[in-house]
Amino acid sequence: MNIIVLMKLCADPKKGTMKKDGTVDRKKSPPIPNPYDFNALEEALKIKDTSGGKISVIFMGQETGEAKDMLKDALYRGADEAIILCDKKLGASDTRATSYALAKAIKKIGKPDLVFCGMQAIDGDTAQVGPQVAEELSIPQITYVKEIVEVKKNTIVAKRLIEGGEETVKASLPVLLTVTNLANEPRLPSLKGMLAAKGKKIFVWKVDDVGIDEKKVGLAGSPTRVKKVHWLTREKSDCKLAKGENASELVADLLERMEKDGIDLKGENNE
Amino acid sequence: MNSVLVFIEQHNGEIAKVSLELLGKAKELAEKLNSQPAAILLGFNVKDLADEVVKYGAEEVFLVDDKELKDFRTLPYTRVIVELIKKENPAIILYGATTTGRDLAPRVAARIGTGLTADCTGLEINDYTLKDKTYKDLLYQIRPAFGGNVIATIVTPLHRPQMATVRSGVMDALEPDSTRIGKVISLKVELKKEDKVLEVLERAKSEKTAEAVNIEAAEIIVSGGRGVGGPEGFKLLEKLAKVLGGVVGASRGAVDSHWISSAHQVGQTGKTVKPKIYIACGISGAVQHKVGIGSGTIIAINKDSEAPIFSYAHYGIVGDLFEVVPEIAKQ
Repeated sequence: MNIIVLMKLCADPKKGTMKKDGTVDRKKSPPIPNPYDFNALEEALKIKDTSGGKISVIFMGQETGEAKDMLKDALYRGADEAIILCDKKLGASDTRATSYALAKAIKKIGKPDLVFCGMQAIDGDTAQVGPQVAEELSIPQITYVKEIVEVKKNTIVAKRLIEGGEETVKASLPVLLTVTNLANEPRLPSLKGMLAAKGKKIFVWKVDDVGIDEKKVGLAGSPTRVKKVHWLTREKSDCKLAKGENASELVADLLERMEKDGIDLKGENNE
Repeated sequence: MNSVLVFIEQHNGEIAKVSLELLGKAKELAEKLNSQPAAILLGFNVKDLADEVVKYGAEEVFLVDDKELKDFRTLPYTRVIVELIKKENPAIILYGATTTGRDLAPRVAARIGTGLTADCTGLEINDYTLKDKTYKDLLYQIRPAFGGNVIATIVTPLHRPQMATVRSGVMDALEPDSTRIGKVISLKVELKKEDKVLEVLERAKSEKTAEAVNIEAAEIIVSGGRGVGGPEGFKLLEKLAKVLGGVVGASRGAVDSHWISSAHQVGQTGKTVKPKIYIACGISGAVQHKVGIGSGTIIAINKDSEAPIFSYAHYGIVGDLFEVVPEIAKQ
């Protein structure tokens, strides 16, 4: 099995701070790995555990410390190699251009049997790169996977989430899957895995290494333009925080504070 | 030509609510563009639904009725829509931001080579200037991003059609009107062998969907976010809600993670609620979420003392909701 896992670093929406120009301040909020991508990696590792195979992780973005940490983490968990697709020419790519570039990197590795992505990234929340990569590779897709039921040499059966329920589908390989966090609890890197990762490599590829047409990436290759980004502002806090050593004390203190203000938890205002 | 096309999502002959909402929006956008609202309806034995679609505002319905299209499958549906785009050159195509729409639209966008904006909460027609060149009457695709901290406006200046997926419950459907007249155009599309590499073995409804949640009218809401950790965590919240005589709400994060149905969602993209007491458990509390809460008393429970929710909550507990929530129920 030739297995690809796509991973992404995301700005942390919880710590989002903005620079004057309206972009994310990456110094104050360093990027974090997209959590769903670890669910994707876990599904790949489960298949490798039972059927064997080679797992290549691809990340597109700058060759930063955070990027290397994320990829090392993936290697420690059991991936076999990692690739950073890194080039200034890729900057400002939208989901369409990004998908084209990622598909080019996948093709360089060879014909994949399975491609895994997280169901979406937590910063953009678009969920578009997975299906668009599948289209670039001309392979079917199974999105919102909650369970892989069976993998055979040429077929896969998986359950995917749909509105108000789920459906079970069977597809021929190769196929691309986007994985939800209901699929598994990702394993953590182990000491054994760290030792096994000795000799595993993180490659850095440029646009020319994978035969990317420059006109199809970056701003020039992106059909969409961001017209405007409007940050919603936060107000100053006058939140009354409960004090206490444990849950019981905290709750007692909270209720006391509320009682003083004439509010009880049944929604009645006594004033 | 130049129409505003809505992808009508139907499952087992039932049209998704969001598709009807989009027809209302399509009519409004088409008026500004001097074109007409149209719809594409795919399925098997769904001819009757075409009339329904007309009642909700479509002036043209492209109907593709084929056994192979009975259940939604990405590749056959992509083939049909791409063929229609080539023939009809719509200016705009709108899809519901459902698991179906979010699966299908990017595939169509990639094959056509056009742009796509996910999860829009606003759509407008406006001019756009780029490098001294003005593009008339573009679709402004407005969406929250970055955990709801920003609202971004996206345009697709050079590629057609302009495509967007749109959240359910944001646009208003028109009142169905049986005097509306629309043309139903039946099409036949030849599928290829490579379109049929995936089959649907089974479709199952989960029991949870039966629950009708009326959070809009609730006086007490116990609401959960990503911090709740999973469907099991929501059971804790349900217990507390029961004790207090309230109902359970959820942030977009929790709904997106499929821990709870979207009927529970509170926030700008979900429902606006007006409870007297709102208990937010494990909700980081993007401003977007705040917009949905109204003016009642907000109590925040969160492990992270820096969570934005504490900036507008009235009372707060910095602590583990798995310990705090049962304790409130007890006291």
